[in-house]
Amino acid sequence: MAAVGKGTVDGMVKKILNSGVKGWLYLLPALIFLGVFMVYPLIDVLIYSLEEGYNSASQTYQGMGGYNYSYVLHDPYFLQAVKNTFLLVIITVPLSTGIALLIALGLHSIRPLRELLQTVYFLPYVTNTLAVGMVFMILFKKTEYSDGFINLLITWFGGNSVDFIDGPYWAKMVVLCLYTIWVVMPFKILILTSALASVNPDYYRAARVDGTSGFRIFVRITLPMISPMIFYLVITGFIGAFKAYSDVVALFGTDLNAAGMNTIVGYVYDMLYGDSGGYPSFASAAAVILFAIVFTITCINLLVSDRKLRY
Amino acid sequence: MEVTLKNLTKKFPGRDKKDRSEVIAVSDLNYTIPDGKLIGLLGPSGCGKSTVLNLISGLLKPTEGRIFFGDDDVTELPPENRGIGLVFQNYALYPHLTVRQNIMFPLENLKGKDKLTKGEMREKADETAKLVQIDGLMDRKPRELSGGQQQRVAIARALVKRPGVLLLDEPLSNLDARLRLRTREEIRRIQSETKITTIFVTHDQEEAMSISDRIIVMKDGVVQQTGEPQDVYDSPDNLFVAKFLGTPPINIFTGHIRDNTLYIGGDAVLRVGEMPDREVIVGIRPEGFVLNERGALTCMLNGVEVMGRDISVVSVNDASQDPTVRSIIGAENEMSDAAMHKPRGSTVCFDLIPRKVFLFDHRTQERIVCKLQQITAK
Repeated sequence: MAAVGKGTVDGMVKKILNSGVKGWLYLLPALIFLGVFMVYPLIDVLIYSLEEGYNSASQTYQGMGGYNYSYVLHDPYFLQAVKNTFLLVIITVPLSTGIALLIALGLHSIRPLRELLQTVYFLPYVTNTLAVGMVFMILFKKTEYSDGFINLLITWFGGNSVDFIDGPYWAKMVVLCLYTIWVVMPFKILILTSALASVNPDYYRAARVDGTSGFRIFVRITLPMISPMIFYLVITGFIGAFKAYSDVVALFGTDLNAAGMNTIVGYVYDMLYGDSGGYPSFASAAAVILFAIVFTITCINLLVSDRKLRY
Repeated sequence: MEVTLKNLTKKFPGRDKKDRSEVIAVSDLNYTIPDGKLIGLLGPSGCGKSTVLNLISGLLKPTEGRIFFGDDDVTELPPENRGIGLVFQNYALYPHLTVRQNIMFPLENLKGKDKLTKGEMREKADETAKLVQIDGLMDRKPRELSGGQQQRVAIARALVKRPGVLLLDEPLSNLDARLRLRTREEIRRIQSETKITTIFVTHDQEEAMSISDRIIVMKDGVVQQTGEPQDVYDSPDNLFVAKFLGTPPINIFTGHIRDNTLYIGGDAVLRVGEMPDREVIVGIRPEGFVLNERGALTCMLNGVEVMGRDISVVSVNDASQDPTVRSIIGAENEMSDAAMHKPRGSTVCFDLIPRKVFLFDHRTQERIVCKLQQITAK
């Protein structure tokens, strides 16, 4: 009897395992981690953002609704942050990708010193953001002793010195954009050089035999061949630039609202922990808005690239 | 167009860290390719045949020597001004362009007075596509085509400008066996329809023999022999050529000549014309064996492979330089029937067909030309 009973239990276990449960069991550890650290916080943030009048001391709230969103969307600091972020994205993503492509093409076409130059171009990637920020301070910041290296150059050529760190908005934006481009470029150069290297040289030889001009080779062959990588860089570039924060802190310090250089992520942080901190509901609302923006733009990017990249 | 190669030499700088000496890929090549012929450049990998093709195309510059197309010296001309079509081993079709766009690509590069209108380009592309029989596939992308179809597109792209010379680099090596057979007939047909001087590179001797008007056999950058395929097969200049041509490969024995008789091991196999006694290398084509119970050459039977039309008798001989001796015998005669039923390890004897037997110097491996005869029964 016992033997028969054991047999049927074994059979049942086998049946269950075979019916796809096994697969789910293998996935379980990953799913638990994703659930705890990704899905739950996402939902939690969404709920936070809808709780009106939340009091972090008593952990109570007055009701659910859209007030937090309305507050955030009418907050001039937030609007400034959105403007800054969008400017940063629109200026730095195309510029950094374009310049990276030019440098990658240059690196691809030269032989001597290629390894050395590749290393040099990749250095910013392994350098700490804050350390790079220090370098930019030296280049741009006005102190009692010096106007900064760039201002020295400007006055040398007969211009008036500009305060890039505490001065006019456009000057600060220029510094921020330069800084961002400089920081994100190494990775893009790396990706694009490997993309260029992976194009089968026979395509170029075939094109040469047909007497294709260098420009036409680039536009008709090289560019389409590496376009998947370019789109990858644009998409990750957009996402990265929307999440800009530490770079801004490195340049302009932590009081970004006062400097008028805050970003959306910076606004979220300030709402949570900054001088005006202690407002998790507003922070959540801002975070959800950022998520919606990034999500929409990524979807548009994917749609566009999907149509272009079918081959 | 007639293509003349004069003292063509190509050296590459040494890449080896220890040995910086130059690598000679092609050494002093002289050959005139007659107008409108199909030429097979044949040799094992690394023999310099692709280098020759690249030199003719202009993608490589020769270290020494000249290249003439007709009477024009094209040595200094860049590829695009030579009027050539080149088909790459991997076809190098642009994956993001349709078949039509691929074929039209070379036409779109034309400048100045040669410039064509969109309509003319389409017309030419359609015409060429019809020639290679892909006119139904014009709007597909290369990845939607089979290997054979891609090959045709590549040929169409090379032909669309009506080049004077068509160059094919290992055109069949990416195709499966059945398709290879069809495609090589196709290449032959396209070549004879267009009458374009065509040079193709291959390491497959069967491929080269089957469709070429002439073949050039190369080894280590040096031309070993040139001529019509059958002539080269029937009369190889040296051991390398004899070994390289023919499937199954030629059987090699060590032998010696004594008293105007050729001996393989202890067996006196053929009578030789006037010649001093010496050691030789003997090459016997697989079809050079005739089963005969009292034949001159005695071997030990290893097995019989039936291949339908023929049988292949595999045997062992102590004087053979290869582990086994392979002979091809017609399947429909009594002798072959008898051989098929012999047990493994029994003796099997052959007569040799004199014109299928070649003698080579055992040191230089050059052919020793001499008259060979059956030893008539006494």
